[in-house]
Amino acid sequence: MDYEAVIGLETHVQLKTRSKMWCGCANEFGAPPNTNVCPICLGLPGVLPAANEEALRLTALTGLLLNCTVARHAKFDRKNYFYPDVPKNYQITQYDQPSTLTGYLDFEFEGKMARVRITRAHLEEDVGKNFHFERNSGVDFNRAGVPLMEIVSEPDITSADMAYTYLNALKDILIFGHVSDCDMEKGMVRCDVNVSVRPKGQKELGAKIEIKNMNTFSGVRRALEYEIPRQIDVLNKGGKLSQETRRWDDAAGITGVMRTKEYAHDYRYFPEPDLMPFEPTEEWLADVRKRIVELPLARKQRFMATYSLPSPDAETFVNDRPLADYFEKAARGAQNPKAVANWVINNLRAKLTESATSLDAVRIQPEHIQELISLVDSGKISTKIAQDIFSEMFENGGSPSMIVEHKGLAQVSDTSAIEQFCDEVIAANPKSAADYKAGKVAALNFLKGQVMKASKGKANPNLVGEILERKLKG
Amino acid sequence: MLNQLTISELHAKLTKRAVSVREVVQACLDQIKRVDPQVRAFLSVDEKDALAQADIADKALAAGLPQPLLGIPIAIKDVLAVKNHPLQCGSRILDKFVSPYDATAIAKLRKAGAIIFGRLNMDEFAMGSSTENSAFGHTRNPWDLERVPGGSSGGSAAAVAADECIASLGTDTGGSIRQPAALCGVVGVKPTYGRVSRYGLVAFASSLDQIGPFTKDVRDAAILTRVLAGHDPLDSTSVQGPVPDYRADLTGNIKGLRLGLPKEYFIGGMDKEVSAAVQAAVKQLQSLGAEVQEISLPHTDYAVATYYIVATAEASANLARFDGTRYGMRVEGADPNELYTKTRGAGFGAEVKRRIILGTYVLSSGYYDAYYLRAQKVRTLILQDFLKAFEKVDAIVTPTSPTPAFKAGEKSDDPLQMYLSDIFTISCNLAGICGISVPCGFTTNPKLPIGLQLLGQPFGEGTLFRIAHAYEQSTDWHKQKPEWITKQS
Repeated sequence: MDYEAVIGLETHVQLKTRSKMWCGCANEFGAPPNTNVCPICLGLPGVLPAANEEALRLTALTGLLLNCTVARHAKFDRKNYFYPDVPKNYQITQYDQPSTLTGYLDFEFEGKMARVRITRAHLEEDVGKNFHFERNSGVDFNRAGVPLMEIVSEPDITSADMAYTYLNALKDILIFGHVSDCDMEKGMVRCDVNVSVRPKGQKELGAKIEIKNMNTFSGVRRALEYEIPRQIDVLNKGGKLSQETRRWDDAAGITGVMRTKEYAHDYRYFPEPDLMPFEPTEEWLADVRKRIVELPLARKQRFMATYSLPSPDAETFVNDRPLADYFEKAARGAQNPKAVANWVINNLRAKLTESATSLDAVRIQPEHIQELISLVDSGKISTKIAQDIFSEMFENGGSPSMIVEHKGLAQVSDTSAIEQFCDEVIAANPKSAADYKAGKVAALNFLKGQVMKASKGKANPNLVGEILERKLKG
Repeated sequence: MLNQLTISELHAKLTKRAVSVREVVQACLDQIKRVDPQVRAFLSVDEKDALAQADIADKALAAGLPQPLLGIPIAIKDVLAVKNHPLQCGSRILDKFVSPYDATAIAKLRKAGAIIFGRLNMDEFAMGSSTENSAFGHTRNPWDLERVPGGSSGGSAAAVAADECIASLGTDTGGSIRQPAALCGVVGVKPTYGRVSRYGLVAFASSLDQIGPFTKDVRDAAILTRVLAGHDPLDSTSVQGPVPDYRADLTGNIKGLRLGLPKEYFIGGMDKEVSAAVQAAVKQLQSLGAEVQEISLPHTDYAVATYYIVATAEASANLARFDGTRYGMRVEGADPNELYTKTRGAGFGAEVKRRIILGTYVLSSGYYDAYYLRAQKVRTLILQDFLKAFEKVDAIVTPTSPTPAFKAGEKSDDPLQMYLSDIFTISCNLAGICGISVPCGFTTNPKLPIGLQLLGQPFGEGTLFRIAHAYEQSTDWHKQKPEWITKQS
């Protein structure tokens, strides 16, 4: 029988705020254990949470970037469970009235556009981190109370590769929107994977298996590459699958049972009485809307459409925003934006890397790139000379026309002058001339080179070729 | 006897430099030494710290700083965080816990110049109506040592009634300030929910808890409430807006004020002397010019049931953090679960366990809608009852407690009987409105205080102070003290 996988992802992302969700402690990775803590994030007796408004803004912004509705009435709830890394033994989260809901994320997958619907993006608090030593354990609460956003997808994902691509597209959006740094090394993104399989064409979903706490995207892909065939195999052998939570063992490359349905938690959610419901005003939302940025995919499509760029060039500009901004200035009103892109990507970027200069410090005015291109196009200078002028512009700035004039670099297109150079070269190199006449075509290139040398590179190479040929054949 | 004076009397003496703060604090410490072995209101007193604060206050006094509570010794219920002081909530589970921070209410007292001293006994985690649920022994009623002081803020009420301090702070979740105030014959205020910051109050039921004062008269209650009130960025449920100077409400004039008597509160089961005292107080209020009418609060019958669902549900989560891993008591176990179970099993008393189990049950999957959600709906109805009543009247008058102080042990085996002693006070917390209890008489044999409860609109504390003050001015109930308490040693 043919099976298909049905996958939904719950992605947890640490928000890029200065302070934690409920207190003023720094939201910062890498501090010595239990140094970014206070009575509030330690859940000491008597403390209360006070919501970090920037975290609420970033959640609303994410909702907007993911085409969600931003709720006009959201609230926080307590999720009750005992675990040493949860200081209050309940986690403050948003249960049935989240900040944002029902959106979607479009991304390129296998050469086509794919869409995964977003159920919700809600705000909660991160927990501490357990450490196990030889004889005892410890908890670092630096991470406890860091604002954490959970983005829940609908089960629209059908393969391990698609899950991987979705996660990367999501990450790009969050980085672009300055919502999160999404640094996987620092544990800023974690994922729970819900996966089931069903016979192709069947409507009902199979038993939902949850794989908890994945912290790399490649891990998610590998876990799914293992888990989907495992489930199919069970069914093919006549076995039954039932709802359970599994753990991914990265070293062994397998998933193993963590707990079955009978041991599922009853989290006893109820509204958090210490926090008022959050009801954003129109003004507040307008402020958040001002922070909407152009998303990677939209940006790529715009670069391809507006500037007729090929996909790799557009991608370069999606990934390098300062370079893209420079390009957009340089390409304003350009006849041939692709030529501008070539100069910016091939020449400018190379020079920046070579000289370890940042774009802010660059001396070349963006509008001078087009001027340089038109000097070449009009035949005033050769492409070779253009390279030299570009170097000069990079070193000292200035307009390319001025440099050409100043240094007398204009290309010689005066036929009589070139004819004279050609006559001299033919006279000085009788052997080569004879070779060409005898059918050795390569000899022409040698003679051409000699003419260019005699003209100090300023002769128009096309004219040189034409004239030499005429003279030798004649 | 400086310890017998009120805040306003002491303030006058202190600002005139007639007495020193050190003398005032010493008088309280002496009284504690003399009477607390019987009353047992205090769990601990840090004498050195209190005297050190007194010396600082004396210096401030010499410098002429006119803070409203400068040099006034105020004792604190063991549920409020005071920096570097023990914070145990009357429970073993917080064994040796010392607070590293001040509650906002404490910070405000300090800013007003008060001397923060002593830890006052209470029912464990404020769960109880008699202070018998404390892990550290019962507090006794100064009027009759065989009787309870009420609860859960029994220590706070008894300490003020026994002149061991000038005023005290308590907390009120379902009557825990007003009921002990009534049973001990002092003034107790439950401010409107959101009026006083809860930051640093170890939560029993977050949506019901409020901090409030115990004082010897209504004027002191007005002074102290003003100091405590106001928005706090650390408590999102505290309310923005100005805090009035409630002393301006103490006009003595209540002519034309409309008072409501809820018919649901004056039915069978009430102690006859309590009933008579309250009726007499109503007559007295009428003679002062108030207009009295009967009103109805139709959902009153559901208040106790609603309360024990909402309060226990919240408590089950609030008390989850006491698990032995980070602070307080720990009983070791082979794994975290065993450690939790053993620690909580040994650390919590029976009533706390009962409420955690009840609260866990009403929130559990499949029962949430039938209990918690329904209780929240009833809560809305109870609030609407009050708001409707306040369209017709300026305040509501009821007894504070259906009986005077009962004997220790009398109800401790019957939780339901105990729960019913809060029957008149619970609705106020469910609705989030404000309330005050003032002395309104005594039973005859034995002589036990009776309390009159006034309930006011949200943020209508001023009106309550005005009525209570006018009433107090026309009676001397608040001036009567147990004989042995005022006896010169």
